[in-house]
Amino acid sequence: MSYEEWFRHDRLPHIFCAGCGNGSIINCTLSAIDSLGWEKDETVFVSGIGCSSRAPGYITADSLHTTHGRALAFATGVKMANPDLNLVVFTGDGDLSAIGGNHFIHSCRRNIDMTVICMNNHIYGMTGGQGSPCTPPGAVSTTTPYGMDENPFDLCELATAAGAHFVARWTSYHVRELTRSITLGLQRPGFSFIEVFVQCPTNFGRRNKLRDVQSMIEVLRDRALLKEKYDRLVAEGKEVPPDMFVVGNLTDRERSKTRVKR
Amino acid sequence: MQGNDACAEGAIAAECRFFAGYPITPSSEVAEHMARRLPKVGGTFIQMEDEIASMAAIIGGAWTGVRSMTATSGPGFSLMMENIGYAAFTETPCVVVNIQRGGPSTGQPTLAAQGDMLQCRFGSHGDYSAIALAPSSVQEMFDLTVKAFNLADRFRVPVFLMADEIIGHLRERVEFPDSVERIRPRPIREGMLPFEPEDDLVPGFTPFGHGHRVHVTGLTHNEKGYPASTDPDLHEQLVMRLIEKVERARHEIADYDIKNPDAEIVFLSYGAPTRSVREMLLNAPDGLYGHLNLRIVWPFPEDILKKFSDARVFIIPEMNMGQIAREVERHVDQDVISIPRLGGELHHPHDLLKRAEECT
Repeated sequence: MSYEEWFRHDRLPHIFCAGCGNGSIINCTLSAIDSLGWEKDETVFVSGIGCSSRAPGYITADSLHTTHGRALAFATGVKMANPDLNLVVFTGDGDLSAIGGNHFIHSCRRNIDMTVICMNNHIYGMTGGQGSPCTPPGAVSTTTPYGMDENPFDLCELATAAGAHFVARWTSYHVRELTRSITLGLQRPGFSFIEVFVQCPTNFGRRNKLRDVQSMIEVLRDRALLKEKYDRLVAEGKEVPPDMFVVGNLTDRERSKTRVKR
Repeated sequence: MQGNDACAEGAIAAECRFFAGYPITPSSEVAEHMARRLPKVGGTFIQMEDEIASMAAIIGGAWTGVRSMTATSGPGFSLMMENIGYAAFTETPCVVVNIQRGGPSTGQPTLAAQGDMLQCRFGSHGDYSAIALAPSSVQEMFDLTVKAFNLADRFRVPVFLMADEIIGHLRERVEFPDSVERIRPRPIREGMLPFEPEDDLVPGFTPFGHGHRVHVTGLTHNEKGYPASTDPDLHEQLVMRLIEKVERARHEIADYDIKNPDAEIVFLSYGAPTRSVREMLLNAPDGLYGHLNLRIVWPFPEDILKKFSDARVFIIPEMNMGQIAREVERHVDQDVISIPRLGGELHHPHDLLKRAEECT
């Protein structure tokens, strides 16, 4: 089987803008699922509200497109009521870390067996480009017209601190690495959190001097610092370059977990 | 047994096997009882991080085909409103227990009220319909919880058990039947779409994990379940169907008892005030006053009011400012006298009798 067989072809074309990174992430996720031989009829996709949350609507499996921020609470109900179902949640930075922040930390704490893919485009794309808890300092959005003056969340640190089993971060440039991390996350019993920095040319790039998609992806690539390299720099007491972010499998551990498939 | 425990036992008897909730007075005993009982019958209990998540979780649970319930009180009920609308729009069968307490806001956590009767019907944004039951005894906490699950599955709606602190904490003798009736959702028929209604306007159910590959969304959706939120006609048809599937069946759903239908002065009550009215009737001249006790308040069974053909006045004691009295006024030409009682205490039967005598 190929990942393409997981799409609802009668729902295409999708609503994502030209140059959006979400499609690549959906492909990587479905490739990972497909490589593990998961059954469509035993897999449930859950999402909240936002661009990323439209993903389940394009996948031919049982899917729950829920209310803003609440995807993890709905997914918890599905998994608690029937642990034999595989659970994959698609979310975004606004959905997960602003309105859904409480559900996020408690889902990590419970370590319920599910895999969460967060497409972090650093902006509210669906509603027209407002600032999110992940909008970088200084970045212009429709609600931060003079530049973001709040500190952003590091969602991976948050997930790790709150107790997630497996935590990884990549960008839409790192499609092979991302697919491998998602595959690992899907296999890990417990809560797996995979954050992906994606470009939003329409609502982020346009207002932040990143006019074309290629340059946005290049910025993501150039600023990504491999975890191994980061660890080496820290061990050698060297300075970590500012504006860089760490990518890789950041947390991978055994913790007490619940509702693992029997 | 206490009313809240009887409610939980009713849920267990109805084969509810998933409960998600958050502690709140005066409903916590429902959750505590479910936490003790569910693991022993192969079910699952989870304490969520808040009532928003609790409501979300039972919707998720319900879509796996497992009977699911939550229980709360005023402040938690307000938080649930968002996902109650989601349940109504996605036709998710589930049961929400509200052990009502004095509001608004934190109000009177340990005292009874019926202040959420309009909220349970209209509280979430947009138009939809709802079914609400009102128990007035510990036995009814058991019986009506069972009934709530059957109505939820029959009509694919969230169903509200609108009890109150008095009934929730009341201790009375209860009889558990050997078995209870269970009406499960009608499975989808071959060749039909997941949100394609049958003649009764209710679509067949397509729980997760059974190969239906259904897409469930809170967006306006077509019969396939796919988003179609910019189609004006489709939206109008969908919302009207969701209201109509409940409203058209309101006499099938109706559950009430009537005393002295020939009376000119008629009391209408539901929930705890029914006890005050019954007590009053014991001390009133035989047959002088009529009584309509509603066990199901929504959808409102207005035709039942016509059974009191000689009625001159309807007296409606409620532990709110006359929320259902407003509904009765919409349907009758006779005088409607609302007797509000706030503060947590029941109407005194003596006061009710005095009001009735003033009408004679």
